Amino acid sequence: MAKNFSKDWHWSQDVHRLFKKIKIKQVAYVPDNGLAKLIDLCIANSSIRSVVLTSEEEGVAQMAGAWLGGQRGVLLTQSGGVGNCINMLSMMQECRIPLLAIVSMRGEWGETFPWQVPMGQSTIPALEAAKVIVHQIDIAEGVTETVSAAAKLAFDSNRAVAVVVSQRITQSGVRG
Amino acid sequence: MENKSKTGFMLERRAVVHRILRDRGEAAVVTGIGNAVHDVASAGDNEKNMYLAGVMGGAVMVAFGIALGQLERRVLVITGDGELLAGIGSLAIIGVEKPKNLSIIVIDNEAYGATGNQQTHTGRGVDLVGIAKASGISNASLITNPLELEKGIPSFFQDPGPYFSVVKVGTKSSPRINAPKDGTYVSRRFRAAMTGKNF
Repeated sequence: MAKNFSKDWHWSQDVHRLFKKIKIKQVAYVPDNGLAKLIDLCIANSSIRSVVLTSEEEGVAQMAGAWLGGQRGVLLTQSGGVGNCINMLSMMQECRIPLLAIVSMRGEWGETFPWQVPMGQSTIPALEAAKVIVHQIDIAEGVTETVSAAAKLAFDSNRAVAVVVSQRITQSGVRG
Repeated sequence: MENKSKTGFMLERRAVVHRILRDRGEAAVVTGIGNAVHDVASAGDNEKNMYLAGVMGGAVMVAFGIALGQLERRVLVITGDGELLAGIGSLAIIGVEKPKNLSIIVIDNEAYGATGNQQTHTGRGVDLVGIAKASGISNASLITNPLELEKGIPSFFQDPGPYFSVVKVGTKSSPRINAPKDGTYVSRRFRAAMTGKNF
């Protein structure tokens, strides 16, 4: 069905609605420009416990705990934080615990800050080396559908899945 | 040899953990990597134990994620000083989020016991109780003898959380036991015990 993407529409609104629909109860995040709107929507939602982390791997551990305790959670992180998560991701692999992560990219499409490039270019190989299934998306209108598919793969098939959102969508670090 | 820890603390880690777990009731227990796994498992394997035999630094945050979904149940972390130091930022999160049903018990031998008793930072002056309190976990205690342990144990399970305690123990570790080490088995058994559902 055709959807009217008006000027005020932002993909974060639809993803946040999806979070409610699929009963996400915990959101763990390190602040990031590319995810700022989604993080704010989650913080404002009283049915979601939004937890600010000091480092991203804490969120991986928290997501494992969320599943062990019977809840669903989402980890929101910038690509720079993926490098911090590698050892903690061994819990998802060894225990086959679901993980749904949304990763906003830096260091790829139109990056203007060179220090972002090394980890940005390592993000997807690092996730795949840690046996996280990667869904890449570079069109705003496709983010929600991708997160929805990733959530099914994660929570219904017990897999670690990352939706990697391109800088082409977020325009974070892409000066005009 | 100079960095080998030889603490003179009187409490013995395995006896401490067994004594604590005698009063656990329906509590869930998350262990940190290393001796904590064996100390907890040797008290009697339990479906409400989540043994973390890897992911150093993750025990507090795994337990926090569990605690949010298990509000009627006490969730107890039993971990070592080395493991806690590897995830020290977690204390800032717990101090901010203040989960009422979470207790963190650090079995502090001031050494990396699993790798040859090399001294940790707690043996060189780092004060974990001080860090916990400064992070906003006001209910934090230091235990160094059997009397303090007996006095502290009811608080582990009944005080409003978050609760934090450091139990100073000697460096002697008891033999490793045959703790369940398959993560998929342990995690599914644990989740079923928490939720009452197999899937």
